[in-house]
Amino acid sequence: MEADLKPIIEVKNINKSFGENHVLRDFSMDVIPGENLVILGKSGSGKSVLIKCIINLLQPDSGEIVVLDQIIHGLDQDELDKLRSKVGFLFQSNALYDSMTVRENLEFPLRIHWTKEERATGAESAVNEALEDVGLLHTVNMMPSELSGGMRKRIALARALILKPSVILYDEPTTGLDPITAREISELMVEVQKKYHATSVIISHDMKCIRITSNRVIMLIDGKCYADDTYDNLCLSKDPKIREFFD
Amino acid sequence: MRLKLPNIDKSQFLNEVGDISRFTARFFREVTKPKQEYHEFINQCYWIGYKTLTLVGVTAFIMGLVLTIQSRPTLVEFGAESYLPSMVSVSLIREIAPVITALICAGKIGSGMGAELGSMRVTEQIDAMEVSGTNPFKYLVVTRVMAATLMVPVLSSLANAVSLYGGYLGVNIRGQVSWHLYWFQVFGVLEFSDMLPSLIKTFFFGFAIGIIGTYKGYNSTKGTEGVGRSATTAVIVASLLVFVIDLIAVQITDILGLT
Repeated sequence: MEADLKPIIEVKNINKSFGENHVLRDFSMDVIPGENLVILGKSGSGKSVLIKCIINLLQPDSGEIVVLDQIIHGLDQDELDKLRSKVGFLFQSNALYDSMTVRENLEFPLRIHWTKEERATGAESAVNEALEDVGLLHTVNMMPSELSGGMRKRIALARALILKPSVILYDEPTTGLDPITAREISELMVEVQKKYHATSVIISHDMKCIRITSNRVIMLIDGKCYADDTYDNLCLSKDPKIREFFD
Repeated sequence: MRLKLPNIDKSQFLNEVGDISRFTARFFREVTKPKQEYHEFINQCYWIGYKTLTLVGVTAFIMGLVLTIQSRPTLVEFGAESYLPSMVSVSLIREIAPVITALICAGKIGSGMGAELGSMRVTEQIDAMEVSGTNPFKYLVVTRVMAATLMVPVLSSLANAVSLYGGYLGVNIRGQVSWHLYWFQVFGVLEFSDMLPSLIKTFFFGFAIGIIGTYKGYNSTKGTEGVGRSATTAVIVASLLVFVIDLIAVQITDILGLT
């Protein structure tokens, strides 16, 4: 049934190099609405570059990326901003604004995408709802420096959710977290996906996180799509390159 | 033995000049576009202006005091002690107070901008801003450059006043000049042509400090090491630019006959 759905993200034959380093080679993939797609690969394999190309933080050297029926590099700044309001991004380093409180961090995206009246009437409830979703309502007036690593990750997720995006991009969401917190974050991602009916693209090499969150896994090796299957099927594979990740 | 000049990579230097020029051109494009970040601009004026006030004030006071104390013996030697307030005031207002204020600002504001924006770059906060639909150049760069351009002249004017007061105390350490006589002598010698060029060049000092500080931070790379380098080079380049601008300003005022 999923195969009949029109992809929400289409990546078509993209190439990306940094000097001599050819990171993505003719890479293509489709993301089906509602799925949790994990991009798995070694460090430096181009996973983060791919996800940044999807949100146009980096531009591919060639190829095309279509997100929510719009070709990314054909958009002007206003159109791109509008599209970005429908795409949440959880950064590897969380990227919380150090000089702002948790509330200000969450309100920051609203200042562009909501009118003054909308902010006056709805900002507080939106912030509270996003914080409740990640279980950290009590941190609303705290500074990021007062929070633990796991709490920062949750706040960053709350900020990504504040505009109720259709697509959420996760860049290594469990890196640097202890196993228990990493599991909590993984479970939270699944809960969030269910509540918001969002499509998720998750960059990770944390196998536990992938097992909990993924509907489908794409293995990125040498800048190309090496395998595209479910976690369970990949787990059973005897291909040595795939086994490297599971053993 | 012949002295060798340090080996400077000319192409790297020219690339840097080109990048700074493009960065400055982008500033002028963004500053004219609508939707200004007034709140952040006011916030930056507070941080740049108010938070540097004490440092500039104390330095200016000491500057006026020391200049007066050190100038006295020479003037006494020529029997021109009575010219002390006039000489000190012209030196302070035309050159010393604006340049020293700009150098302090290059150190404090330039390094602050380099480090703050640099750490925001390496921790992906600037990317996060872009993803959220905010133009980070406008929010971070335009506001800071505008605030520096506006606040350095304000700080310099304050430094002028405080350094002249320091000069008054300096004159009275060894001599006795009344408050009214001191200021009568100061304003007797100061002309419009002393004040205006001095004030105008401080706008350029502020602009240069803002542009260099934000450029270095905004384009910071190579992790925490890069942040440190951004802060350091921001101070060095901004300080150097202050002197270059001062030199150009002196030449222009000379050509216009304002000296």
